Order: sequence, then C-alpha cells, then structure tokens
Amino acid sequence: MFPDFANPAEWLPWAFASLMGFSILVYVILDGFDLGVGILFPFASEAEKDRMIGSIGPFWDANETWLVLAVGLLLVAFPTAHGLILTTLYLPVFVMLIGLILRGVAFEFRAKAHVKHKRLWNNLFFVGSTMTALSQGFMLGLYIMGLEQTLATYAFATLTAVALAVGYSFIGATWLIHKAEGGLQLKAVQWAKESLWGIIIGIGAVSLATPLVSTRIFDRWLDFPTAFYLAPIPIISGLLVVWLWWMIRQMPYKDDARSWLPFAVSTAIFALAYLGLAYSFYPYVVPEQLTIYEAAAAPESLLIILIGACFVVPTIAGYSVLAYYIFRGKATELRYD
Amino acid sequence: MEALHTLILSRIQFAANISFHILFPTITIALGWVLLFFRIRFAQTKDIKWMEIYRFWVKIFALSFAMGVVSGITMSFQFGTNWPGFMETVGNIAGPLLAYEVMTAFFLEAVFIGIMLFGFSRVPSWLHILATFLVAFGTTVSAFWIIVLNSWMHTPQGYEIIDGVAHATDWWAIIFNPSMPYRFAHMWMASGLTVAFLIAGVSAFRWLLGDRSRDVRTALKVGVSIGALLIPVQIYLGDLHGLNTKEYQPAKVAAMEGLWETGTNVPLILFAIPDEEARENHFEVGIPGLASLILTHSWDGELQGLNDFVAEDGTVMHPPVAPVFWSFRTMVGTGLAMLLVSWTTVFLMWKRRRMHVDASAGHWLAVEGIPKPVFWVLVPMAFSGWVATLAGWYTTEIGRQPWLVQGIMTTDMAVADVPAPMVMGTLIGYLVAYGVLLFAYISVIVYLARKAARGNDERANDMSHSGKAQVEALQPAE
Repeated sequence: MFPDFANPAEWLPWAFASLMGFSILVYVILDGFDLGVGILFPFASEAEKDRMIGSIGPFWDANETWLVLAVGLLLVAFPTAHGLILTTLYLPVFVMLIGLILRGVAFEFRAKAHVKHKRLWNNLFFVGSTMTALSQGFMLGLYIMGLEQTLATYAFATLTAVALAVGYSFIGATWLIHKAEGGLQLKAVQWAKESLWGIIIGIGAVSLATPLVSTRIFDRWLDFPTAFYLAPIPIISGLLVVWLWWMIRQMPYKDDARSWLPFAVSTAIFALAYLGLAYSFYPYVVPEQLTIYEAAAAPESLLIILIGACFVVPTIAGYSVLAYYIFRGKATELRYD
Repeated sequence: MEALHTLILSRIQFAANISFHILFPTITIALGWVLLFFRIRFAQTKDIKWMEIYRFWVKIFALSFAMGVVSGITMSFQFGTNWPGFMETVGNIAGPLLAYEVMTAFFLEAVFIGIMLFGFSRVPSWLHILATFLVAFGTTVSAFWIIVLNSWMHTPQGYEIIDGVAHATDWWAIIFNPSMPYRFAHMWMASGLTVAFLIAGVSAFRWLLGDRSRDVRTALKVGVSIGALLIPVQIYLGDLHGLNTKEYQPAKVAAMEGLWETGTNVPLILFAIPDEEARENHFEVGIPGLASLILTHSWDGELQGLNDFVAEDGTVMHPPVAPVFWSFRTMVGTGLAMLLVSWTTVFLMWKRRRMHVDASAGHWLAVEGIPKPVFWVLVPMAFSGWVATLAGWYTTEIGRQPWLVQGIMTTDMAVADVPAPMVMGTLIGYLVAYGVLLFAYISVIVYLARKAARGNDERANDMSHSGKAQVEALQPAE
C-alpha cells in the first residue's frame, strides 16, 4: 500500500493519488451537502427556501472548488488517465456540467431577478442540483464497473446514480438539522429519516458489486489475514449507520444540543466508504487498465506542483475553516442590501 | 471525414465555451479592484454614496463571478472530454500552470467571496476590506496563470521534446515567455475598459430613467474617467503586442493585415474582402505605407506575406485569413469608439464642472447639463468591452491556427476520438444553455438598474439623505 519513498517516480504518483483522493472526498462531503440542499428544495416552503439558501450561500463556491482541484490534479498528475476517463464519460460529464452551471447561476439569479422569475430559478436550482448528483453517481457506477458500457453496467450505474442523489440529500438534511431551527429543522429531521436508505443502498450496492466485478478486488478484501484488518471498515460503518438512525429518531434534542452530530457522523460514513473504495482500486487510476504509475506525468513537473501544494493546501484549509467559523451558527437570510 | 467533423465541431464547441466564459472574468478581474476602491472610499469618507455604489456593483460582481466559475469548470473538463491529446503532449508544462491557478487563485476567491458578499455585518470593517482585496487579488492571479499558459502556447520556450512529449527544462522561461507580459497587460486593460464602460453605460441608463442620486452620478464619473484614462494605455500596449506578434507569429500578423505577398512599404488596409481561394483581396482600400510604419516603425519596413506560409506540397500553414482580418478590425474599431466616446464625455463633464458646483459630491467633473445624446451613446457602449475582448481573442486564437501550440502540435493532433453526433448534440446543449443564461444575465442587470433607479426616486421624494437613511445603510445587512 505504501511506495518506496526513495524513488520519486514511485512516491510522487502515490502522493498525487492521495492528494486527489483527498480532494474528491472533501468535495463529495462539502458539495454533497449543498447539492443535497438543492435536491430537497421542492419540499420546502418559500420562506424555508430562503433559509436553506442562506445556510449554503457563503460556502458553495469554495465547496465546488474542490472538484476543480480534483479534476485539476487528475489532469496534471495523470494526463493519459484524464483523457481516457473523460472521453469515456463524455455524456454524463456533459450532464453534470450543465447541472453545475444551472445550479450555480440559479443561486445568484433567484436572489437578484424579478420576484415573478424567482420560482423559475428555484426550479432550476433543484433541477441543476439533481442533474449534478445523478450524473456523478452514474459516473461512479460506471467507474466501479471498469468503465465498461453494457446494459448491465448502465443498470448498475443508474442504481448508484439514484443512491448518490439520495445520499446527498441525506447529508444535506443533516447539514440543515445543524443550521436550521424551528419548523425547517423538524422538516430536515424528517428528510434525514426518509433518505437514510440512500446511504445504505448506495454503500451496500457498491460493496457487493466491486468484488464481483474484479477477482483482484475480491481477493484483496477476503484474503486472510487482510480481511481481519479490514473488517473494522464495514463494521464501524454499519454501527455508525445504526447510531445515526437511532439518533435521528429522537432529534432535535433539548436546547438544540449536538445538532452538529448527524452531519459529523454522516461525514465519517462517507469517509469510510470512500476509504474502502480507494483500497479496492489502488494502484489503478483507470480500473484494471492503467495504474497511477503508468499514467503519471513527469516527476520534475509533479515535484514543482507538490512543493506549491505543501504550502498552499494548508493555507486553503486554514481560510476555509475561517469562513465556516465566521458563518457559524444558525443560518440567516442572506442579503446584500 | 468523421474525424474532420469531430474536429470542426469540437473546435466550435471549445470556441463557444471559451467565448462564453471569457465574458465574465473580463468583468470580474477589474471590477474586483474597482469595488475595492469603492469600499476603501467608503471607509475613508464614511459617505454613504460609496457604499450604495459598492452594494449595487457587488451584486453584478457576484453574478458575473458565478457565471465565470461554472463556465470555467466546463473549460477544465473540456480538456479531457474533447482535447485529450493536448494534456498528453504538453501536460508536463500546462499541468503545473493550471494547478497553480487552482491552488493560488481559485480557492482564494471562492472562500473570500463568501465573506465579501455576506460578511459585511459579521466581520470587522478591516476584514471586509481585506476580503474584497483578496477576491480582487485572486481574480488577477487567476488571470495571470491562465495567460501564462495561453502565452506559452503562442510563444513556447523552456522545454524539450522527449518521445513526442514536452518536458519542462526552465520554468522561469516558461512563465516569462516572450509574449506573456504583453498579453497579460493587454488583457488586464481590456478588463479595465470593459468594466469602465459597463459602469458608465449602466449609470447612464439609470440617469436616463430619471435617477439623479449622488451614487449614480459618482459611478458615471468613475466609469467614464477610468475608460478615458485606460484607452490610450491600451492602444499603446496593443501596438507593443503587435510588434511582439510580428516577431514570433508573423503568419498571424500577415492575416491580420490581409497581406499576401512579402513586401516593403505595405499599406494599412481599411477595407477589403480577403479571398483565400484566389489568394488576394477584393475591393481593397488602404493607406500606403502605414502598415509598415505601424509594425516596423519605418515607412519602407518589410512585412512577411501569407504566401510565405504555404509549404512546397501546398499545405497551408497560416490561419484562415478572413476571420482574423475582420475580428482584428472589429477590435480596433471598438477601441477607437471607446477613445472617442470617453474623451468627449470627460471633456463635456470638465467644461461643465464650474457651472454646477455640488459641494457635497465634489466638483472635479459634473454630470448635470450633459446633452442627452451622450447618455444614449453611453448606454449601448456598456457592452463594448465584450465586443472588443471577443474580437481580440478571435484575432489571437484563430490567428494561431493551424497550431495549437506554436511549432509543437497542431490542433488536429489533440482532438478526441468522440463520435461527431455526440459532439454536435452537446454543442447544441451548451449553445442553448449559454444563450438563455446570457439573456438572463443582461436582463438582470437591466432589472437591477431599473430597481435602483426607482428606489432612489422614491427615497428622493421622502427622506433624501436624511440621518435615518444614513443609519440604515450603515446597519448590518440582516
């Protein structure tokens, strides 16, 4: 699992794979919750919609930037894989981009356009968020299937698409449990209850399908004694899901205590599932076709990015935390004037 | 044939995406700094009009920023979906430049724009000013890295080719490649001019709607003044850039000038219809020797003609002439219109400044008494920056053809092997989305201007600039 740190041609691709994996994970959690809020949009009243937007307004731009970083790292660190993956996923990428465009601008337009157009932008915000989530889930499914395009893989990808969209709406609901109060918070609890199955089905389907698609992955997980070391990942995930289910049934707690907990636990579940995926596919960047070592860019180019990243990524993390700190507490309506 | 269709459709798709994208950074790069100016003026003077201007334009900034971000994400995916050959060949050089753009600039803007837009009431004044500064700084740094990469594609150096793949040998030479300073300065000025005329045009529109508030007057003066100050600088920079292009990409200059045969004492062509079949111009009207004078600073300087860029076997290695020729003329024409309009307006304002002294607003320039037709001209000029910027980009980017990276790879080497109907389908999708969004964007600017004009009208009727209005505006934005 760990490379030879004396050999730059080996540890640099590994470092970049880790960095890319990290930014995808951060993206999935952060943009996951604000996409989720968009997916939940039609179920809220007009006043609640403004509050929901208020809860993600200061953050969504920075959240989405993690996607740019992840794709950027794929592009710069593994150029051949980048071309191969994106030309294969041409259409879902197109759907995602249109979704991201609609969502990003609907967000701004709904606050500025004439009141009678607000409904249109609200709808587009929902449509854009849903398109983005579905296409990302679809791409995840196809990726797990080794980028094969058959009826069966499409069926599986459709399943992961729906599961990811519901999973996003779940994490969005847990975000709202923390950021909202009153009626909207109660609604958010209800949404969380109703969408927990998205996480269970999604993670379940991926966990079952991955080893069946590839004997390599099957062996990796079920070999003794590795199976023994890996067992905590599914076990802890399962326990966390049970805990979430149990906790959400009693929420909100008195005096709004621990309202952040469901979001934190969901984050942990996402992270564990992601860790499992990463373990399954390493060292491949295109499943079973291209390893990170074969796809890597020249070491001298990687090194120059890494030096920068060592300074920049902690700084980014620092001011992102600052932004979340400044806008801590319950969401208010966002106003420029 | 299939490959050809995919190539041309992919090129149209990329052109559509980048044309749509460039509209918004062109606004945000300079508007960020102008907003910082408004914000600092407010902090210095505590005069509410500066905050009113800030609040009006920060909305347009936020909208433009969002449009820029989402279309920029599209661009970053396009490299992989349509042009995989690009990163496979020059990824070792383009990669780090793009990575630095994301790491140093994109996150900076994306995080601090939240504080800039919504943090006014949550953070101390200095932090709000700092956030405004960091967003402006971020957009500029972002533009810097992108222009570095783009310039390197025009004038590559600091690399070696090993097994058909470019490897970096000298990062300093790559970043400070020969055309980068000119391109960056030219783009920066283009952004400044776009914003200047946008502010002037929207303010003139509000004025025509009957808005006589102090903030609209000040914004109008600021817009027109920035335009008048920058346009001569831009013309000078454009000239320098042209000289640089002549040195490194003579085929592009030949296409810009519509010059087929190498010669001395070359005329500056005012009008012509270049004909690539016949390899000559029809209906040519020119000023003798002027092109030589402009580009070589000597009446009988030699300029290389397009015919020098046709290989023995007939392969054309120069760009398509008509689009480059015409977009260049569009850019220059728009620039001259900017010069004329901004200087005339400033002159009229200056003439009137003593007739209408407004003690509270200062009297360096006065808007009152300017003839109405001037406003009618300023309003359509609001988007003149877009026209000039797009025309300039077409000149330089079409002018690079058939090269994608000058001397290293041609455009057809990079294109993805994607079925043509798929490119066609997505192209239509993008065009529809972009058309709708562009319409919505301009409509919202018009709507915001109308709303502001109406609001100022009402305020003028009841409690104009009273203490209450002042206090309200200083209150947290909740």
